Amino acid sequence: MNKSVFLGALTVAGLAAVGASASTLDDIKARGKINCGVTEGTLGFSSRDAEGKHGGFDVEFCRALGAAIFNDTEAVEYVELSSKNRFTALSAGQVDLLYRTTTWTFSRDVDLKTTFVGINYYDGQGFMVPKDLGVASAKELEGATVCIETGTTTELNLADFFRANGMTYEPLPVGGTTEAKAFFEEGACDVYTTDASALAGVRASLKAPDSYIILPEIVSKEPLGPTVRHGDDQWADIVRWVQNALVAAEEHGVTSANVAELSKGTENPSINRLLGAEGSLGEMLGLDNDYAARAIAAVGNYGEIFEKTIGESTPIGLPRGLNALWTEGGLQYSPPFR
Amino acid sequence: MSDMTSPPKQSFKFSMLLYDSRYRGITIQIFVLVMVLGSLGWLAGNAATNLAALGKPLRFDFLGDTASYDISQRLIDYKSTDSHGRAVLVGLLNTLLVAFMGCVAATILGVIGGVLRLSNNWLVSRLVAVYVEIFRNIPVLLWIFVCMFTITAIAPQPRDFRGDNATASMLLNDSVAVTNRGIYLPEPLFSRPLGDLNLGIFNMSIELLVLLVVLFGGVYAARWNNARANRIQVETGDRPDTTWANVAIIVVPLLAALLAMGFHIGKPELKGFNFKGGVNMSAPLIGLWLGLTLYTTTYIIEAVRSGIQSVSKGQSEAAFALGLRPGRTMSLVILPQALRVIIPQLISQYLNLTKNSSLAVAIGYMDLVSTLGGITLNQTGREMEAILMLMAIYLTISLLISAGMNWYNTRVKLVER
Repeated sequence: MNKSVFLGALTVAGLAAVGASASTLDDIKARGKINCGVTEGTLGFSSRDAEGKHGGFDVEFCRALGAAIFNDTEAVEYVELSSKNRFTALSAGQVDLLYRTTTWTFSRDVDLKTTFVGINYYDGQGFMVPKDLGVASAKELEGATVCIETGTTTELNLADFFRANGMTYEPLPVGGTTEAKAFFEEGACDVYTTDASALAGVRASLKAPDSYIILPEIVSKEPLGPTVRHGDDQWADIVRWVQNALVAAEEHGVTSANVAELSKGTENPSINRLLGAEGSLGEMLGLDNDYAARAIAAVGNYGEIFEKTIGESTPIGLPRGLNALWTEGGLQYSPPFR
Repeated sequence: MSDMTSPPKQSFKFSMLLYDSRYRGITIQIFVLVMVLGSLGWLAGNAATNLAALGKPLRFDFLGDTASYDISQRLIDYKSTDSHGRAVLVGLLNTLLVAFMGCVAATILGVIGGVLRLSNNWLVSRLVAVYVEIFRNIPVLLWIFVCMFTITAIAPQPRDFRGDNATASMLLNDSVAVTNRGIYLPEPLFSRPLGDLNLGIFNMSIELLVLLVVLFGGVYAARWNNARANRIQVETGDRPDTTWANVAIIVVPLLAALLAMGFHIGKPELKGFNFKGGVNMSAPLIGLWLGLTLYTTTYIIEAVRSGIQSVSKGQSEAAFALGLRPGRTMSLVILPQALRVIIPQLISQYLNLTKNSSLAVAIGYMDLVSTLGGITLNQTGREMEAILMLMAIYLTISLLISAGMNWYNTRVKLVER
């Protein structure tokens, strides 16, 4: 038994190297599908609906890639990964990229041999507590038991936050959101901590959302974004610029409704280059010239995606905040298309 | 004797390796061995090359880096600024802790259950049979979940203990608190402590050391006292009564040492969100322990039953004929003989329990898999190293358990004459 596990581990390592050597885009075209790593179920970001179809903020970006490469938003295979096994799955070639609420950190970028190609959501770690605990600030959590999903940056931030404030706590590390929710609702822990965006989704899915509050402190920077393997710059460029195209579309007022009209050609050369009416930016990526127009037509621009999946009109109800365009006081900004 | 026929002296020819039945077996074995070693070497070399191509050569220096995560249940001091290596050690000790607790509990329950399984009382034996069949035929992971979720759902939260109209109260004169986060037990404290002895990896309290020395000294003196009584019995035929002298020899110095160090009991108290003080057995530890114990007990029950049934009926009939009561028959005649059938099965159950303890990761008990194979692996990205280390450590633990139990087995097994 031990021996076969050993051989299995060696095989995985062997496969990883094979996966990294071929061009990811060629692999995807041969396969006819993009393997997109998403969360196991974070309401708003990636979860299954009643028919088992994936939907959510991260899923829309995977769909945009499907539209850009294959002109088919359904040409995506969603692979649900836990926090723990996401990087192993990526480096072993099981998925082509992660749109999996993954925080961009130095050591992940450098040491884990992954490449972060953008930030689709600026997040931060927050705390949720039951209202009747009478806690108004995270600074009052001395000695509390904290439910935490294992294998995430949150456990490192948590340790740092409590150490910086000279407080102690009892971590209760849990494998997945489902267990963590059960423990939290039954009071096996006082506090539930994760990224504030996911916290809003978890709160919305609790039995009595109104009896819980999210504390005002945001204790970390959590830039979430797509992740690819080291070593395939063409694929990294495609993922980066499809996402940038969606942001640029919002900057220029291109929406899913008017993209067909605008891509025939406008007075604005920036829009023309973005949508492929001028220049050959798409071909430089190894795609068709109208890749961005197809993606925008299929899923909408960044703002449209935000509003329909996690925005204030949805049960998640997240404000744009840091994720507003730079012109509106946020941080979302696309490098120029030229 | 010199005229005895001997095979003609034949010079060794290379083809004999294949065609001579005296050598063929060895040739084939060596060939297979070379093939197996060769393919293992090729796999290892391939993995090393590919890891190097990925920019991740096999290195273990990450164990010295700062871990920066916390562990709740721990046997030795640990804080988030300690190294990954120490976090791994904490995890290893947690694995050993739950494995030890599980093996002890499962053995005790298993022996009792195995005897009851063969009871003449129809109801008792059927009840044990039902228990065995239910627990043995459902995966142990589910039992661990059931135990854990039962604890968190049924036991009161710490805040239920608070206030004037508290819905829960502490047990045993306010010294034990059963909450859904764990059980808080009273702890031994010393008002005149002697400090700690730094042993490099962990600190050992000198009080404990003193008590152990006093205890062993007492036991040694009692044995000397018994030997003296034997001598007198042999010489005079009269055996002096040693019972009370022995009790005094062991207990009095122990009590004196405890008093000298100012021994008292520290009770856990509700402070803030949680109970403070006392010894804490966290809910995941209890859940895992219960789950593993209830599951493994069923196998030990069956092992004990088969061991008892392997002792021929004549043995118990002979014992009854001598006038031994059923209880004495079991403990003096049947069980000692049954042990040689039970022990080998017990070994494999201990190994199973230890390996199954890796399911701890599912309920948040920080064992070896959760620390080394979980957070450490994830934060450092050293999959290959972590998995290899995990395998090596589990293999070592299992082989040590096997070696220990085999040694015990050779002591109790039937000596053939």
